[in-house]
Amino acid sequence: MPDTDHPADGLSEAALLEGLVQGDGAAYEQLVRQQGGRMLAVARRFLRRDDLAEDAVQEAFLQAFKNIARFEGGSKLSTWLHRIVVNACLMRLRKASRSRETSIEDLLPRYGADSHRLEPAGEWVETGEAAAELREQQELVRASIDKLPESYRNVLLLRDIEQLNTAETAKLMDLSINATKIRLHRARQALRQILDPHLRADAR
Amino acid sequence: MPADVPPNLPPDQSMTCHEFTDFIMAWLDGELPPAQKAVFDEHMDICGDCVRYLENYRKTVALGQAAYAPVTEKALREEVPEELVQAVLAARRLGRD
Repeated sequence: MPDTDHPADGLSEAALLEGLVQGDGAAYEQLVRQQGGRMLAVARRFLRRDDLAEDAVQEAFLQAFKNIARFEGGSKLSTWLHRIVVNACLMRLRKASRSRETSIEDLLPRYGADSHRLEPAGEWVETGEAAAELREQQELVRASIDKLPESYRNVLLLRDIEQLNTAETAKLMDLSINATKIRLHRARQALRQILDPHLRADAR
Repeated sequence: MPADVPPNLPPDQSMTCHEFTDFIMAWLDGELPPAQKAVFDEHMDICGDCVRYLENYRKTVALGQAAYAPVTEKALREEVPEELVQAVLAARRLGRD
C-alpha cells in the first residue's frame, strides 16, 4: 500500500537517497529489496499475472533509477515508486487492450417509469471473522472486481485500493475529474450488482 | 446524471430513487450542499429500499478495500523474489555499461 513503510533495513531514507544519487550499488540493492515486494503486489493487482507483474516492476525500477536525480523529496520514495509502477501497469494494459471494452450498462441499476429501481435491494449477510472465511470473501470480491470492464476496474483499483485521489487518478487515466468520479461511482454500483447474489441474506 | 454535480432541486422538493442513487457517492464524500443533503437525508426516512441500497454500496466499497489486504501475519510482509532483485540489479548494471 502506498504510504506505509516497512521498518527501514540499513540506511535511513535520506542516506539511501544520497547513495542512489551517488550511484552506490548497495543503496540500489537496498531500495529494490525494501520496495520490490510492495511494488510487485501492486502490479499483480493490475496485471493479474506474475510474469507480467515482474516485468512491470523491473521496468518501473529502471525508470526510477534513470530519474532518481529528479526525485525532489516532496513525497516519500515509496510513494514515488508506487506512482511509477502504477503508471507502468496502466501503460501495459493500454497496449494490451485490443478489443472494445464491454459495456457496464447491464451491471447498473435499472429504473421504472416512476424512477424506482426495478430490482429491490436486499439485506446482505455479515461475514464471520475467521481467517478462512475472510479469505474466501476476499477471493469472491477479487473475482468480482475482475469482471468489471477494464477502465472501470482500473479506476476502482486506483481510487479504492491504491488510495490515489481523484485528481491523480484522472491524470493517470487521461480522464476529466468529472468523468473519473462518474466512472468510480458506476464501478462501485456494478461491483455491488455482481456481489449481490452472493451476499443477499434472503438468497442463502 | 453526473455523480458529483449537486442536484438542482429546490430544497422543498423531494428526490426520486434514481436521483438518490446518483448522489450516493457525493453524499458519502460530504460533497452535497446542505440543502441537497437535507433532501437526500429526507429520502432515507421514507425509502427503505434506498437505505438498503446505500448500505450495500458502503459494504461494497469496504469489501473492495479489504479484498487485497493480507489476512495472515505471514502474508503481511510482501516478499520480493530473489530472481527479480537480481534481474533488476543486472539490468541496471547493463544500462550503465
